[in-house]
Amino acid sequence: MAEALLTVDGLTKRFGGIVATDHLDLAVNEGEVHALIGPNGAGKTTLIAQLSGFLRPDAGHILFDGHDITRLPAPARVHLGLARSFQITSVLREFSALDNVALAVQARQGHSFRFWAPARADRSLREPAMKALDSVGLADRADSAAADLSHGERRQLEVAMALASEPRLLLLDEPMAGMGLEESARMVSLLRSLKGRRTLLLVEHDMDAVFALADRITVLVYGRAIASGTPEEIRASAEVRQAYLGEASAVGAA
Amino acid sequence: MKDLLTALRTPRGIVVAALLVLLGVLPLLTQAFDQRYVLSIGTRVVIWSIAAMSLNLILGYGGLVSFGHAVFFGIGGYTVGILAHHDVFSGWIQWPLGLLVCALWAAAVGALSLRTRGLYFIMITLAFAQLVFYVGVGLEAYGGDDGLNIARRSVFSGLIDLRHRPTFYWLCYALLLATTFGLWRIVNSRFGMVLRGAKSNETRMLALGFPVFRYRLTAFVISGTLGGLSGLLLANHDAYISPSMMSWVKSGDLIVIVVLGGMGSLTGPIFGAIAFFVLEESLKPLIDLGRKGWGEYWQIVFGPLLILVALYARGGIDSLLGRPPRSGGGHG
Ligand SMILES: Nc1ncnc2c1ncn2[C@@H]1O[C@H](COP(=O)(O)OP(=O)(O)O)[C@@H](O)[C@H]1O
Ligand SMILES: [Mg+2]
Repeated sequence: MAEALLTVDGLTKRFGGIVATDHLDLAVNEGEVHALIGPNGAGKTTLIAQLSGFLRPDAGHILFDGHDITRLPAPARVHLGLARSFQITSVLREFSALDNVALAVQARQGHSFRFWAPARADRSLREPAMKALDSVGLADRADSAAADLSHGERRQLEVAMALASEPRLLLLDEPMAGMGLEESARMVSLLRSLKGRRTLLLVEHDMDAVFALADRITVLVYGRAIASGTPEEIRASAEVRQAYLGEASAVGAA
Repeated sequence: MKDLLTALRTPRGIVVAALLVLLGVLPLLTQAFDQRYVLSIGTRVVIWSIAAMSLNLILGYGGLVSFGHAVFFGIGGYTVGILAHHDVFSGWIQWPLGLLVCALWAAAVGALSLRTRGLYFIMITLAFAQLVFYVGVGLEAYGGDDGLNIARRSVFSGLIDLRHRPTFYWLCYALLLATTFGLWRIVNSRFGMVLRGAKSNETRMLALGFPVFRYRLTAFVISGTLGGLSGLLLANHDAYISPSMMSWVKSGDLIVIVVLGGMGSLTGPIFGAIAFFVLEESLKPLIDLGRKGWGEYWQIVFGPLLILVALYARGGIDSLLGRPPRSGGGHG
């Protein structure tokens, strides 16, 4: 069995009366595509926020590559090799698509206390950024302001930025939400091409995509992992059916 | 350099170049027409331009509304004034010390204020500036409320004579050019991109791996130090310091100048400073024509003008020169 790259141990997060993450245990192995599914409000985004350092858990631990990162600030986690995308698109709207990705590359290259050389003329930033844009199919929109991109294009940009960080573990929060058919298909094939090269924790509502991509699936309901296993095991599980897959078509549309 | 030449070929570049040339030859013009007072206003415009540009780094490019920037006029000025009062006239001592104190003060204020957001940030920067203001008022040994005359301007081993008005003007002007060039490099550098990115979307920058706080703090220190430079110059220009040079009104004026000129535009603060002082100098006598003594209240006319700018020319005077070359949280 592969080494666990990410281990979540007894993670708990409460919002007032709501327990959004409920004593959650989870292991993501190096090199796997691990899908996280569950109905709306199950706590998927809340989990991603805790893993990436944007929310502080009330209890439990997060181990990444042997380090306890539970209390580590978000930027430091990126430097350990953890990158995320946002369910609600979060890009630098006033900057060009290429600028957005170039900043991701810049962050990866170490500190930015460099005050003199023009960043936009720096080929060590622009070229990898262009490659990442190309891989999501946005190369021809490189010079457009992020604000001028379509919704689907901005989703692609979001993923390009996460990719350009060259993370060891990529946390993707519904990368295909709101995308058209063609864009979704392109994203699925992009994610498939990452298989084996990157470890992915993928939150996604599109069940076809999930079952096509995932090596393992964890089902989250009310902040708890009710099942975890291979796609076949998840499909076969009665509990999952009852709690979730039975209403999959309704959820999938949400 | 190539960037600079391309920039010069745009309408904005031509206007900026013309303006800088005009500012450069101002002492020749004022001498030719025997207008010493105009040179004095010109000097103020140049010094305030440096101050406004330094504020623009954090306000326009960083999105941080600091409402206490005039404190650096005060700290820079008081360093010169207090040392001169104790017969230390050497600029080699006065100036580095003034800049150092400003840098340290900016670091302290930044470290505390940059942990807050929005209105809290505004209030904390204002509070710290008021603190220094009242310290100035309390310094009876250095004139308290009334301030202090400076017996001699900064001395640079006889290299340059700051008493000579055109010389002093050209020094300020050279420092303005250096500031413009330096800030141009900074805002377009990796550091500048992080600062502007954090203005656009802080959460995203954190998720990309930028510890935003450190970069903002650094910008705050650069900004404060440059602000201090304008304070050193102002004290030398006036040969006088007083707490009023760092009152909150002056901090407000600096914000007004930046907004009027164009936030996040490199040369916007220069446009703003020129407009501000030209309007002040022309509105005052104009209003005085109507009724003697009312000129002091020139801001009653100036205020509505600002509201018009806020409503119809969001990018300030700079936006009248067409779209910025490249956008993204301000442009270079
Ligand atoms: N900042 C917050 N404050 C209060 N409640 C929240 C907050 N964020 C999420 N929640 C609640 O936590 C639960 C999980 O939400 P979320 O993680 O967004 O679910 P999912 O991503 O699986 O749809 C929901 O009941 C949601 O209303
Ligand atoms: Mg969600």
